[in-house]
Amino acid sequence: MKNRLKVLRAERDMTQADLANELSVSRQTINAIEKGKFDPSLPLAFKMSKLFHLSIESIFENDEAKE
Amino acid sequence: MKEKKWNMEVRSNTKKLKFWSLLWMVSMAIATFGPMFVWPENTVLNVLAILINLGCGGGMILVNRKLINSLDELQKKIQMDAMGIALGVGVVGGLGYSLLDQTNVITQDAQISFLVILISLTYMIGLFIGKKRYK
Repeated sequence: MKNRLKVLRAERDMTQADLANELSVSRQTINAIEKGKFDPSLPLAFKMSKLFHLSIESIFENDEAKE
Repeated sequence: MKEKKWNMEVRSNTKKLKFWSLLWMVSMAIATFGPMFVWPENTVLNVLAILINLGCGGGMILVNRKLINSLDELQKKIQMDAMGIALGVGVVGGLGYSLLDQTNVITQDAQISFLVILISLTYMIGLFIGKKRYK
């Protein structure tokens, strides 16, 4: 699943470690999500949505929906 | 602050698991070598040493469960994948090894320690691959 996490993080001048700390996950998890290697759970996606004040759809792009 | 709290919990649970694992290993050594070198043919002490070993093992299992519950979702997935492969290899490999013994293809009796080593190695390789994959 593609996402805008890296861009959103950069806009807020946050490191992966900062974001990981805000979301109570490891830096490795943030890195894997940014690279599209791992899809976050719904609760984690909601946490991101709340943190960036954006809807989940505007952070994540569902590849299957495009097809 | 919240994150640090999360990290601290994982670290604390890891330390607790190290402690209980060490305790279990020591109790296993006592239960194994005690009857050979310290108290030959004393059933009461044998049973006591085994009960202590089982108790330490139970503590280790509970702390391991607590540690896994405190991990984040990716870390849990890596653990689950590694444990799934280790369990599969343990069952398939263990039964295959047992068949080799039953059919006398191997001259030695099947040893449980070989199975434990196989499961441990598979679990460690699974963890290594999982960490590498999501790096």
